[in-house]
Amino acid sequence: MNMQAKPTLRELSYAEAIREAMDIALSQDERVILMGEDIGVYGGAFQVTGDLVEKYGTDRVMDTPISELGGAGIAVGAALTGLRPIFEFQFSDFAALAMEQIVNQAAKVRYMLGGAVSVPLVMRFPAGSGTGAAAQHSQSLEAWLGHVPGLKVVQPSTPEDAKGLLLAALEDPDPVMIFEHKILYKMKGPVPEGYYTTPIGKAAIRRTGKDVSIIATSIMAQKAMTAAETLAGEGIDAEVIDLRTVRPMDRETVLASVRKTGRLLCVYEGVKTLGVGAEISAMVAESDAFDFLDAPIIRLGGAESPIPYNPELEKAVVPQVPDILDAARGLLKGRI
Amino acid sequence: MPDTFKDGNVPYAVRAYSPEVLLAALKKMMLIRKFEEGAEDSYTRGLIHGTMHLSIGQEASAVGSCMSLTDEDKITSTHRGHGHCVAKGADLGKMFAEFFGKETGYCKGRGGSMHIADPAKGNLGANGIVGGGLPIAVGAALSAKRLGTGAVTVCFFGDGANNEGAFHEALNMAAVWKLPVVFVCENNKYGMSTSTERSTAVKNIADRSASYSMPGVTVDGNDFSAVAEAVDAAVERARSGEGPSLVENVTYRWRGHSKSDRNRYRTKEEIAEWMERDPIATMAAMLIDHKIIDQDGVAALEAETTQIIKDAITFASGSPDPDVSEATRDVYTQEAAA
Repeated sequence: MNMQAKPTLRELSYAEAIREAMDIALSQDERVILMGEDIGVYGGAFQVTGDLVEKYGTDRVMDTPISELGGAGIAVGAALTGLRPIFEFQFSDFAALAMEQIVNQAAKVRYMLGGAVSVPLVMRFPAGSGTGAAAQHSQSLEAWLGHVPGLKVVQPSTPEDAKGLLLAALEDPDPVMIFEHKILYKMKGPVPEGYYTTPIGKAAIRRTGKDVSIIATSIMAQKAMTAAETLAGEGIDAEVIDLRTVRPMDRETVLASVRKTGRLLCVYEGVKTLGVGAEISAMVAESDAFDFLDAPIIRLGGAESPIPYNPELEKAVVPQVPDILDAARGLLKGRI
Repeated sequence: MPDTFKDGNVPYAVRAYSPEVLLAALKKMMLIRKFEEGAEDSYTRGLIHGTMHLSIGQEASAVGSCMSLTDEDKITSTHRGHGHCVAKGADLGKMFAEFFGKETGYCKGRGGSMHIADPAKGNLGANGIVGGGLPIAVGAALSAKRLGTGAVTVCFFGDGANNEGAFHEALNMAAVWKLPVVFVCENNKYGMSTSTERSTAVKNIADRSASYSMPGVTVDGNDFSAVAEAVDAAVERARSGEGPSLVENVTYRWRGHSKSDRNRYRTKEEIAEWMERDPIATMAAMLIDHKIIDQDGVAALEAETTQIIKDAITFASGSPDPDVSEATRDVYTQEAAA
């Protein structure tokens, strides 16, 4: 839940907030089009586009064939020549089919052409586990795309940010990849009316604290908030930072927090090894904030395995609230 | 095969274009040839690093396919794209400068041979990925249709790309959405070392068009007039809202795939046979036949284009190198990012 939001704001679900952002964009800018599989009358696999096709027609809310590579490439070409496409992958896992266009084309065209063009492209990736969809429909692949210069990668964790980051992505002249967590789609929260943007590259301090910095992404920011309340009852004052953007990472906010608390816990759903937490840890280790550390850094990430089907196994391979509690307690054990 | 020789044996090109336009086309073909010979020579002399993919022998396909395009119309190109670039009106000095890795090059030395683009002339760029440009071309056509610009996109690709998934996805969506795009396959018989006979299940790549309910035609890609006739008709069809077409220009690259090629997959006889069918000599002969130019005129054009290439190389070699401190410039539009 967004701590800064005023209680008088109306509540929308995360999916509704994204739809509202697209609705605003479609109504304000003729160049905006939506592309994706079953985003028209079906409303999208997760009902994010909903009934937008009724309002804007099939020319602007375009169902594509099941052709992720071609569809993504068409969006790249359209972005290069005057449109502002928002391309929806049905599941983020299907990005694997389109990596050529995302990585070799969208991310690099501007640089390869010496700055002569920009690719104002927005791609949306329903990501994450928890739906019982198993290994090919549950991954968190943001680190893949975060590894590519030329792309920007964001992970909203609240309805307010889901709307604001999408509108910010549309204002951005470069390709922005939005990883949306599927479990969050139904989560409700306060969302401001009308047009606003949430800055790309800026983390949000969801809870201030002095004992430990919990840097979390996407749904893990929600879990970290739940854990922080329990920790508060135990006398542990956790600071929770919702990273929001994986690339470019908000170095200032992360380092300032670690300098203050002296303890760092990274929580993310993607596979732990070579993931977002590794980057956060290295960023701290390479900076003066390292001198402020009173305990080794802890990373809580996804297990070294595909996402399993069985619900108990599925929970076991991604960090849960008790894991965050244990890790935080461990960091504070024998505190100075 | 288009009926090039109807109307009393006057080729389509001679009927369709003014002498000035035909001479400009011949000049462009010569510039492409001399640009690539100049590039090859510069490479041999160590002035260019990296590799290059030469299209010597394919000049009629590049120039003939761009005859009815304006600067508003787009092209997407391939790793063998120098000809397309020149055909779409690129500046030879900036092309050489890019080859030499100079700040004055089309990509400011960041792209090299495989990424030369000229957006101001509608050239969205060469591409280092086989089939990479196909969906991008369809996207450009989608923009044109949605924004009502009336522009057409010509999408160049080679025979190798016709076996990439991107080819099939792009053609299908272009047809489903009836987009103004012309797919021009330059079938030079080999994807690197693998012949189309060994790689492709259909006899003619244009046969693939049947799967996507669009017209498909195979023409002699070394015959400027035949290429122009087929592509002009496809461009006209696209411009009038009738959707995409596939044109297959059968041609041949005289040089190897790239600088590493030892030519083990084809015979000297085969290469010699195709060199007999030089598209530039054929074009010049056609223009002489129809009294548009004479031998002296051709010689003068040769001399003029040789000088243009010389000047372009002089410009490029005298240009400044990029500043190493700016190696990561232009990754993002707003440089504050990442």
